[in-house]
Amino acid sequence: MSFRWLPYALIAPATVFTAALFLYPFGMVATQAFTGSDGTFSLAHFQTIAEHWKFAGALKNTLWLAAIVVPLQLCLALALAQMVTRLQRGRDVMLYIWTIPLGISDLAAGIIWLAIFEQTGFLNTLLMSAGLVSQPVGFLGYANLGTTLLAVVMAEVWRATAIVLVILVSGIGLIPKEYSEAAEVFGAGAWTKFWRVTLPLLKPSLQTALILRTILAFEVFAVVAVLSGTQLPVLMGETYEWQFTLQDASVAAAYAMIILGISIVSTVFYLRVLRTPEGVRA
Amino acid sequence: MKTVITLEQAQRRTRRVLLIGGAAATAWVLLPLYFLLINAFSSPETIGQFPKAFWPEGNTKSLAFLLGFQGVLSALWNSIAVAAMTMVVSIGLGAPAGYAIARFEFGGKTAFRMLIMLTRAFPLPLLALPLAVLFIRAGIDDTLWGLAMVHTMLALPFSVLITYSLFSGVPIELEEAAWVFGCTRWQAFFKVVLPLAAPGLAASAVFAFVISWNEVFAAAVLTIEHRTLTAFLLQSLNTSPVYLKFAGGALLVVPAALFMFLIRKHLFAMWGISNR
Repeated sequence: MSFRWLPYALIAPATVFTAALFLYPFGMVATQAFTGSDGTFSLAHFQTIAEHWKFAGALKNTLWLAAIVVPLQLCLALALAQMVTRLQRGRDVMLYIWTIPLGISDLAAGIIWLAIFEQTGFLNTLLMSAGLVSQPVGFLGYANLGTTLLAVVMAEVWRATAIVLVILVSGIGLIPKEYSEAAEVFGAGAWTKFWRVTLPLLKPSLQTALILRTILAFEVFAVVAVLSGTQLPVLMGETYEWQFTLQDASVAAAYAMIILGISIVSTVFYLRVLRTPEGVRA
Repeated sequence: MKTVITLEQAQRRTRRVLLIGGAAATAWVLLPLYFLLINAFSSPETIGQFPKAFWPEGNTKSLAFLLGFQGVLSALWNSIAVAAMTMVVSIGLGAPAGYAIARFEFGGKTAFRMLIMLTRAFPLPLLALPLAVLFIRAGIDDTLWGLAMVHTMLALPFSVLITYSLFSGVPIELEEAAWVFGCTRWQAFFKVVLPLAAPGLAASAVFAFVISWNEVFAAAVLTIEHRTLTAFLLQSLNTSPVYLKFAGGALLVVPAALFMFLIRKHLFAMWGISNR
């Protein structure tokens, strides 16, 4: 008895659902973003955005945040992953602890770092007791945009390094031990092994991690909302502003297109730069 | 001149680096959580005090205040309900698809996988914007079902890829053996494959729950009267006193951390194969 129809029946629900809740709405939001008030093609909403005083700042902040946070997370996750592979005892406990932030929402992460950075918070208490400052510093005020940015970076690195770590640790687990043993036989040290064996073989995982993490970095929203209010505008926050406070769904749609645009550019970039030729995969 | 070190010295140095690095990383993850808990378990008066104590007061007034606050209990219930619906629907839709791409070769398989991968490359919470309009037209705006559908869309790519890797891990020979012994395809699946894949399926269901539980943007866009906990906290950021934020943060974090504990063993297996 043949089951030719079975796979189609099995994927049908997921396909229909994805078409209805992903493809169709994205078509809708794209149409809305490029349609003027007269119903024809228009870039008017993008013009509104470009002329709005907050846009340049929001774009700059979002890109800067991603440019700082993603490389930091990658380095930190690589270091942690290297440590994990060398651990003999306590590996599982360490991994569990380091991946706790994976289950924590960006909103909660923002609140956690608010407890540290607020004026009557733990950082000021530490600095005071160490005698480094004479009175509490307002890290998060709009007079101190630098430290506000720092707080957002810390919160993002704290929260979202775990996802990179999980992807990289699973990736390292897939690399056959023979490669690293062979490198040892030829006298490679720990560094050489890392740069010449582990990193190149880890390329597919690095690609996945970077694509996912960078897109999520462009979506940064709640952490910034908690730590800076509206002092540090970001693209996703502006989208939310336009949708609610300014009640202009078309401009919000145009913002969505901009976020989508930079996400696609970054994905294509990673796909190109970290391409693994077929057949070389570990 | 190059200093020569013995193997033993090298091992000792590695151990020291591991110990210090591991301790530092552990403190980096746990300390901020500890600080949040100190604040959550302090009375509203103590939270505003400076300098801070590094020991929790063990006072539950802030938490009691949060739970008694207008709308918090229903927001909590809404969060649980939406996450539970997301969990059921995303596994219900995702697992059959995962099984299909793990077991069958069929035309359009590559296209289907591309579609699923494609969704991961898009900022999915933005879907909330057009869907807000669609939901109003369909008359399901500001409903928990509507939000759960968006969260299902967020979780579906994961559940397809994770269940794909789970079912790939169950040898097809076992299933074939069941057919030989007279099981129908249906029976073989439920009696042989499902029990073997069940722990992993449960883990991916929990993961879907956590995705929904933590989601902020779509929840804030799509709910007005029926706020989830994240949407409620976001909306009241500017108006609520700080102790409400910290208590709310703890209420968000603790269940999520527990859930991650439950699925810790599956996390890496789930990601390992769904990578490719």
